[in-house]
Amino acid sequence: MAVETLGSTPRTKVAPWNDPVIRGWVFQIVVVGLVGFLAWYLVSNTIDNLQRQKIASGFHYLEREAGFEIGDTMIEYSPASTYARAIWVGILNTLRVAVLGILLSTLLGTLIGVGRLSPNWLLNRICGWYVEAFRNVPLLLWLFLFYKLISEAFPGPRQAISLFWNSVFLSNRGVYFPVPMADPIHKWMGVAFLIGIAGAWFVNRWGKKRQEATGQPFPALSAGLAIVIGLPALVWLAGGAPHHMSWPELKGFNFAGGTVIQPEFTALLVGLVLYTSAFVAEIVRSGILALHKGQSEAAAALGLSRGQSMRLVLLPQALRVIVPPMTSQYLNITKNSSLAIAIGYPDLVASINVTINQTGQAIENILIIMAAYLSVSLSISAFMNWYNKRIALRER
Amino acid sequence: MTDAMPVGDRKPLAPPVDETGALGWVRKNLFSSWGNGITTIVLIAAVAWVLSWFLEWALFTANFTASTGAECRGGGACWALIREKFRYIFFGSFPYEQHWRPLFAVITMLAMLVLSADRRMWNWRLLVIWGIGSFITFLLMFGQIHIPLSLILFVALACGGAGLALRSALATPSERLAYYALVGIGAVGLVLRIVGVLPKWSIAIAPLSYVETSLWGGLPVTLILATYGLAFAFPYGVLLALGRRSNLPLIKGLCVGFIELIRGVPLISLLIMASVMLPLFLPSGTTIDKFLRAQVAVILFAGAYIAEVIRGGLQSLPKGQFEAADAMGLNYPQKTLLIILPQALRVVIPPLINTFIGFFKDTSLVLIIGIFDFLNTANQALVDPNWAGFPGEVYLFAAFVYFIFCYSMSRYSKYLEFELNKGTRR
Amino acid sequence: MAATARDLSKAESVIQLKGVNKWYGQFHVLSDINLDVKEGEKIVICGPSGSGKSTLIRCINRLEEHQRGDIVVHGVTLSNDVKNIEAIRREVGMVFQSFNLFPHLTILDNLTLAPIWVKKMPKKEAEEIAMSLLTRVRIPEQALKYPGQLSGGQQQRVAIARALCMRPKIMLFDEPTSALDPEMVKEVLDVMIELAREGMTMLCVTHEMGFARAVADRVIFMDRGEIVEQNEPEAFFANPRNERTKLFLGQILHNH
Repeated sequence: MAVETLGSTPRTKVAPWNDPVIRGWVFQIVVVGLVGFLAWYLVSNTIDNLQRQKIASGFHYLEREAGFEIGDTMIEYSPASTYARAIWVGILNTLRVAVLGILLSTLLGTLIGVGRLSPNWLLNRICGWYVEAFRNVPLLLWLFLFYKLISEAFPGPRQAISLFWNSVFLSNRGVYFPVPMADPIHKWMGVAFLIGIAGAWFVNRWGKKRQEATGQPFPALSAGLAIVIGLPALVWLAGGAPHHMSWPELKGFNFAGGTVIQPEFTALLVGLVLYTSAFVAEIVRSGILALHKGQSEAAAALGLSRGQSMRLVLLPQALRVIVPPMTSQYLNITKNSSLAIAIGYPDLVASINVTINQTGQAIENILIIMAAYLSVSLSISAFMNWYNKRIALRER
Repeated sequence: MTDAMPVGDRKPLAPPVDETGALGWVRKNLFSSWGNGITTIVLIAAVAWVLSWFLEWALFTANFTASTGAECRGGGACWALIREKFRYIFFGSFPYEQHWRPLFAVITMLAMLVLSADRRMWNWRLLVIWGIGSFITFLLMFGQIHIPLSLILFVALACGGAGLALRSALATPSERLAYYALVGIGAVGLVLRIVGVLPKWSIAIAPLSYVETSLWGGLPVTLILATYGLAFAFPYGVLLALGRRSNLPLIKGLCVGFIELIRGVPLISLLIMASVMLPLFLPSGTTIDKFLRAQVAVILFAGAYIAEVIRGGLQSLPKGQFEAADAMGLNYPQKTLLIILPQALRVVIPPLINTFIGFFKDTSLVLIIGIFDFLNTANQALVDPNWAGFPGEVYLFAAFVYFIFCYSMSRYSKYLEFELNKGTRR
Repeated sequence: MAATARDLSKAESVIQLKGVNKWYGQFHVLSDINLDVKEGEKIVICGPSGSGKSTLIRCINRLEEHQRGDIVVHGVTLSNDVKNIEAIRREVGMVFQSFNLFPHLTILDNLTLAPIWVKKMPKKEAEEIAMSLLTRVRIPEQALKYPGQLSGGQQQRVAIARALCMRPKIMLFDEPTSALDPEMVKEVLDVMIELAREGMTMLCVTHEMGFARAVADRVIFMDRGEIVEQNEPEAFFANPRNERTKLFLGQILHNH
């Protein structure tokens, strides 16, 4: 029997309007054409309007003097600084609140999520009410509430509440607390900290190798912590243990010395953390619940302790379910920090808003906002894709 | 070894007393171990302390009847402020005597939403519900509606087009003729209208006095923004989701780019964009109602998120569904509308409701561009110098209202999920 | 080949259950269970669903808690004392109906996990033991694959090897073949029969009566939380004494 060779059947002639490939391309070209037409329409209107209203174009305004004050800055800034610097201050403020928010809400959220699974009925329910209360009310409302409470419930600097033997002061201008005075040893402590991290990593690798060879387990966590904390501590001691602090003192109408956390920042951070940890708690809880009961049973039947089964069997599997929604919550914190503008914290959106009002150049400034937030969100997306590929369970 | 035990005549044993009943429950849930017991005691103490302080402030020493702020000071919560201002908080600057109008608008919208989530309504009934409901809502809020000719023509075009796409094989010749007629009238009419041959004409319905959007405020504003945000974002979200999954590279690229762009930036920046950039995009001289600008921003924002939720639903469908539809000879619109979407959408109702709850909360951000949603009116109630200094009461009240809405919606979503799974549980 | 009545009277008792009772709320799931398992004995437990047979063997390694009565394994009394529980779990291995392999670890890692972390064995030694056991269950070539890549029968054989890596003295089987496609049941039962012939003490909850006939020293029938009847397999199947046993056997053997 002759074997039919594939590909020898001639392709039947198809009328171009019935050919799916051609139809596909025609459809795409039409759609892109429509979108392009719309874009052209919008752009030409914009150019027309900009010219009519005599609004400048381009990013030259970034070098001009900003002329407005910013209340809470991490770096040097004055009204004489450029717009570029004002925007940079905004970015740093956004990062400050976002990074702290991510750390604290992960911590608090995990605790509450685990509490939701506790066999203690009271703890279980209280954590549940916490989650429901914070998830069903807008973040902006919480921010207003906290901000008003802090600024109206706390007294003025002269009647500030003092804690810890006159070292910490609570007033409606912020929370003042002492900081160590700058000393050259701090730079060395920073170096020691970095060396400590590297050292901890090496020590843990050595410990793992030793366990593989001899079976003796190695206390990775305690050793790592000891090195990362101990090394800078040793450096500090070697440098003569400098402990001069800058103490906040009431001078006239306000405090001088020490450092301050302003009410806007406090309200924003507290609101963000409490709100987001409700969502993080649910993510952690569903991650742990997604684990098949049999996994913990099999681990227990093999003789693994609760800690070991948590670490070696349960947590790796739970993390798979937890990490993707967790990263989108991190993204949410970063985006939600833009609500700062409603309570007066000078984040990126606030700086840009003032800049738009003063220069009239809406488009360039909006582009800056979008570029800033998009770079954060795209890098988080990229990380998540990489993570998902790496940990995907291999199936048939 | 044999062992046949005399069974059946053993008296049934009751479980040990401290294992069941109230005592057993307490022992198992609160005091099952030392750590547990200590936690319970600490928590009871903490809850008792907080609760006693709160009840003292909110109930026992609260003032319900004061008529000025000064009277209300000193003592517990000033709920008299809420009594005084609740009409403003709920309905904004809407004319006082006509408050029944926004009230019924709110009820209508809630009815529309509740009915839309019921799968039995998921056919032509949905369009009827939304059509009538929206008509009533906007008639109540505006007081007067003008339906322009172009809208009527557009609807004719859409109905005809949809009928042709879906029922081309099933329709009787006369039905098909009707669709062609609709498309013809719609297309020709619109062209004539754009060119200017047909005059600007509209049907006017004006039973009540006109109230412009700048006077709207409070709960109706929040509900309109969220409801119509969802309503318009839904079809365009579906299109985005389908486009993202398409094999045509340009379409897919456009959709992916758009979705990632919108999802990557905060809603505030979109609102600012809408209020600041929209005037630049349109020919000079055209003004867009501020409320409409906010609504458009919410729709754009919502669509990208809805698209992702629906994409999840589409991905969960087994490939066999698509293949079976193709094997039956259905074209793309038929396959999508009759087979794929009904199944995908049924699966995503609970996450869609969650997304809606999110929008409902997010509408509070329109405060930034000066729209008076529910949170903003609550905020404004604090500005009155006569009643200054009671932020806790106002915000707690507002939080309570939001909580009632959002919590009910999430319970409804859980109930729907339960009902949905009835079909799949064995 | 039927198991001949072995002389187990000289063997020592490794598991003793005395008056064991368990309730789920008001539901009496284990009712006055008395059982004595000798070293090297193979017991098959059968019965309708809900009879408490799985609960019974899960109580032995404390995956479930009993409320009244005593359970003693190798002289260690089972209580809330964590040390006792750990000691017992080191001696008792368990194979589950749903395999419960750890999906994020390779087959080899699944097997060596407990020896490394519980018995503190060096990795090389653990891997040697693991490979020899994988050879014994006849799938050494799958060592570096992941559980998701294996068939059901292969996964269950790995699960048996994993339990054996800890060198248990007693093996518990909770319906090991119930979740398998019919063509894979034999390969798992073959492994279990080999294990039995090597002298392992086994408690097996199963519906596979062929297995019972081949290796069991005793067949126990449980119903509604009670041990209704127990006997040698020949006598049990040929001559059930209790009405309930007859009813159950009628249903089971009819479908076999």
